[in-house]
Amino acid sequence: MQNYRTKNGGKIQRDRKISFIFNGKTYFGYKGDTLASALLANGVHLIGRSFKYHRPRGIIAAGVEDANGKVQLFKDNITEPNVNVTEVELVKGLKIESQNCWPSVSFDVWAINNFLNRFFPAGFYYKTFMWPKSFWYKVYEPIIRKAAGMGTASLKPDPDRYEHQYEHCDILVVGSGPSGISSALAAAKNGARVILAEDKSRFGGSLLIDNVTIGNKNGDEWVEEAIAELKSMPNVIIRKRSQVFGYYDHNMLVMFERCKDHLDDPEAYTPRQRLWYIRAKQVILSTGSIERPLVFANNDRPGIMLASSAKEYLKVYGVLAGKKPIIFTNNDTAYETAIEYKNQGMNPIIIDTRNDSEAGIVNEAKKIGIQIKFSYGIANTTGYKKVRSVTVGKLNSNKDGYTNLEEIKCDSVFVSGNWTPTVHLASQSGNKLRYDSNSDTFLPNQSRQKETVIGSANGSMTLEKSLKEGFETGFTLSDAITKNNIPTSIPISDERQYGHHDKFWCMPLPGKKHYKRFVDFQNDVAVSDIQLAVQEGFRSIEHVKRYTTLGMATDQGKTSNLNGLQLVSDLEKKIVPEVGHTTFRPPYTSVTIGTIIGREVGKNYKATRKSPMHKWHEQHEAIFVDAGLWLRPRYYKNNNETLHEASKREALNVRKNVGVCDVTSLGKIDIKGKDSAEFLNRIYTNAFLKLPIGKARYGVMLREDGMVFDDGTTTRISENNFHMTTTTAQAANVLTHLEYYLQIVWPELDVAVVSTTEQWAGTSVAGPKSRLLLSKIFPDEDLSNEALPFMGYKEFKFKNTIARIFRISFSGELAYEINVMSDFGELMWKEIISLGKEFNIQPYGTEALSTLRIEMGHVAGSEIDGRTMAYDLSLEGMLSQKKDFIGKRSLGRKAFTEEGREKIVGIVPIDKKTSIPEGSQIVKDANVSLPIPKLGYVSASCWSVEFDNPFSLAIIKDGKNRIGEKLYAVSPLKNISIPVEVVSQHYVDPEGKRVRS
Amino acid sequence: MKKALEQKLGLVDMLEIKCPYCGDRSQNEFSYGGDATVKRPELNSEVNDLEWDSFVYYRDNPRGKHLELWHHISGCRQWFKVHRNTATHEIIQTLEMQEDL
Repeated sequence: MQNYRTKNGGKIQRDRKISFIFNGKTYFGYKGDTLASALLANGVHLIGRSFKYHRPRGIIAAGVEDANGKVQLFKDNITEPNVNVTEVELVKGLKIESQNCWPSVSFDVWAINNFLNRFFPAGFYYKTFMWPKSFWYKVYEPIIRKAAGMGTASLKPDPDRYEHQYEHCDILVVGSGPSGISSALAAAKNGARVILAEDKSRFGGSLLIDNVTIGNKNGDEWVEEAIAELKSMPNVIIRKRSQVFGYYDHNMLVMFERCKDHLDDPEAYTPRQRLWYIRAKQVILSTGSIERPLVFANNDRPGIMLASSAKEYLKVYGVLAGKKPIIFTNNDTAYETAIEYKNQGMNPIIIDTRNDSEAGIVNEAKKIGIQIKFSYGIANTTGYKKVRSVTVGKLNSNKDGYTNLEEIKCDSVFVSGNWTPTVHLASQSGNKLRYDSNSDTFLPNQSRQKETVIGSANGSMTLEKSLKEGFETGFTLSDAITKNNIPTSIPISDERQYGHHDKFWCMPLPGKKHYKRFVDFQNDVAVSDIQLAVQEGFRSIEHVKRYTTLGMATDQGKTSNLNGLQLVSDLEKKIVPEVGHTTFRPPYTSVTIGTIIGREVGKNYKATRKSPMHKWHEQHEAIFVDAGLWLRPRYYKNNNETLHEASKREALNVRKNVGVCDVTSLGKIDIKGKDSAEFLNRIYTNAFLKLPIGKARYGVMLREDGMVFDDGTTTRISENNFHMTTTTAQAANVLTHLEYYLQIVWPELDVAVVSTTEQWAGTSVAGPKSRLLLSKIFPDEDLSNEALPFMGYKEFKFKNTIARIFRISFSGELAYEINVMSDFGELMWKEIISLGKEFNIQPYGTEALSTLRIEMGHVAGSEIDGRTMAYDLSLEGMLSQKKDFIGKRSLGRKAFTEEGREKIVGIVPIDKKTSIPEGSQIVKDANVSLPIPKLGYVSASCWSVEFDNPFSLAIIKDGKNRIGEKLYAVSPLKNISIPVEVVSQHYVDPEGKRVRS
Repeated sequence: MKKALEQKLGLVDMLEIKCPYCGDRSQNEFSYGGDATVKRPELNSEVNDLEWDSFVYYRDNPRGKHLELWHHISGCRQWFKVHRNTATHEIIQTLEMQEDL
């Protein structure tokens, strides 16, 4: 039974009844309701328990400013915590449950906190749980988390889709109240590209609830026509359910749009929410204002809400927030709520802190017989799960006490402590706010970016002024862009006239009582907490905020900040502008992580790069590994092989027969121009000027600080054309490095560089039988050691294309790298595999590749990690003494030339069985007490297939003098200590005979 | 991964940078390259330790106007200069490498 629903009125669809479940009980509402309005229509005020004291709490507002209405939402087997009932639109299949209470919202055992509240003062976390220290993790923290938790996050993956969209416009209008709509109209009619965003599900803002006329139409009718007109214009994008929540530099604003949750039957691929990045030439902030509560004893009981929200529930949703309302105000605007309720047949009583008011609306209220108690305040309230009565009293002349206390029965209290302009976005944009002592609020001041604040957000509290600002601003800003000079005339409007508010908002306590007077409902911050913080010496408003947690809850203090601020300035006997305000930061309202991440989840998290041979690898049981963005075969699984077994088999086959490896992911850079050789000679540490055509050379690059940056081979294809290879990991960085020197340092060099990584498919054919295999692939070519020696280069015809043959080797075996254009990659690979059968060819992955290079003592990414210099890697022979090169000047640094520097060595476990984990520390004696002085670390480990025992590379202090020493590889975390012997880094073929064979 | 998420959550790619070759583009197409006034000592020249350290390590960290290098990595791949106010993020001017303020 929707006992609190009016017979008619509101903007809901009364012919579409929808059921929902709250705490196990079924209720009904209508299409067009929010969960909040539907609950209120059923007389349900108690929604949840408060954060600290577990006091019963109800809905206090109708929009994003609501502080209490947080619930756990369930729909279609999905659950979402901390959902605001004022923001969720009613659709079928919704189930909600109260949070932060156990076992139920009606009987919550943690409510004992309310009676223990003297143990929970401001900063109680810092004071209470300090001793004993060991209790924090095991005792205090779990209890606090259970008692003070909000909702429960789902552990399942989010099944919904989220999207990102980028948009540019001339003018973005945030908020569709009277000033927002009028500025959008004026700007759009003047030809500007306009985006109008409204966070609620209906356009119109205050025009939906205020009793006004614009150009002989009711406010809401005018909205309907204006929105229809805007929608018909091709230069306008208009979005409701869209919250602009962040204002960043260069006029970039971020907005999220709720696309799906309000739909009864969404189509399959409807995104749930969409994040908009909007770059606007001009921004009009017509973000309106939020009513402030008054602060009085026990002002947090369910049934106590903002007066304007009570009016909104009535006018938009046809819901009575109470049938025996008390209106408690210090200004005239709440009188409109009283009149609306009177018109519904209720008998509201107005408690007004002022002596009197001359405003027309007060006379109107008197005329229709509403009882008004001037100079009165609410001293206390009663009622546990819902407000039952208020104790009112006549305020004495100093307004610090009461006379004539009396109790009045009621079922609701509608409060108004005047209006706070919503200046969050203006402040985020860099606008230094000014304090306006007439309205007791912060107002926008000087714009830093291209933003203009209008309407009540700018302190313009009348409709007439809002419309004028809207039309004028919309025209002026658009005309500067379009120069069309098409102004729109401002319609005549009619509204009620309001007078001044009372600069009094925090009621005294009756007698010597210690009732809680809440300032921040969501974080349970009361007047006494702020008093305590100031008493304890916290002065800065930022410190008071963090100590008391005022304004730090999910509502970010939308209703509490200004009251808290004024309280601090009263206590410190300062004026508000001296106290200042806390910083407004994005997001303005809660935003789901899904929206922020958008489509970049799962396989779309990052791009995936695959070689042209990828499909073949997949068909041949390759197990892949991420190498940057690349997917590379780690090993090819035969039957039930483990990684270790497979990589051993593959590596051994390279040493014995021939293997083939996909090396497409290695970075390739094409270098052209008549100064190419000179350029390479400056970039690499070794000489490149005289590299003959048709020869490759291994090269090392340093950073300017002298550390090794990358290595690879570079081949002279022709006089002025070189082919550079880089490691997979550094490919992009090397290109940037080259471009830096070419464009900035040596622009006079005639050199061009371009990445050709994806243009060439690369395969490495390695092993003693690789020459035999190549002579099958290229039967007409001379592959002898004389014709194509180690580090030689040839171009052979392959099918209808050219194959580039580099005789280079990473495995230490006789090997060739074959590059063909990517389109021919798979063909080449299959040819190699099929012709290699007679030589027992096997493909090998990165794991076998690692094994082969480690036992050969070749360095790779795990050694070239940006912290090692050439000497450390035994690459000092690569440093030319005859020329200057990038980074050379740094090599003279003291630490680089010290005796006993780290150097790369090989290590073998003495038992020849125990594998040494990568990252283990090398120490002299493992049996001394911690911390053990370390000599170095293990950079790479493998199972040597040549010797059939573990072998690792390590970089250790004074490594060159330690060959033969017995040391320990330790990993204290894993409790591992392995006796090892230091050997040469070149474990296999130290003379390098095989590559030259 | 962590960096990517931080960037997302921080929504940091907010600048609009005018590449001298491509026009106004969003920050996420660019990468930052540091102080543009640093000049690398000539190769093969005598450089004392202080000069060298100044080139490699020492940078001013001004609050206010700063001439800096940006690289249009997801565009034309050109390096260029940006005159930017580090306090307000205002971009006063962008220049090709051979141009001076």
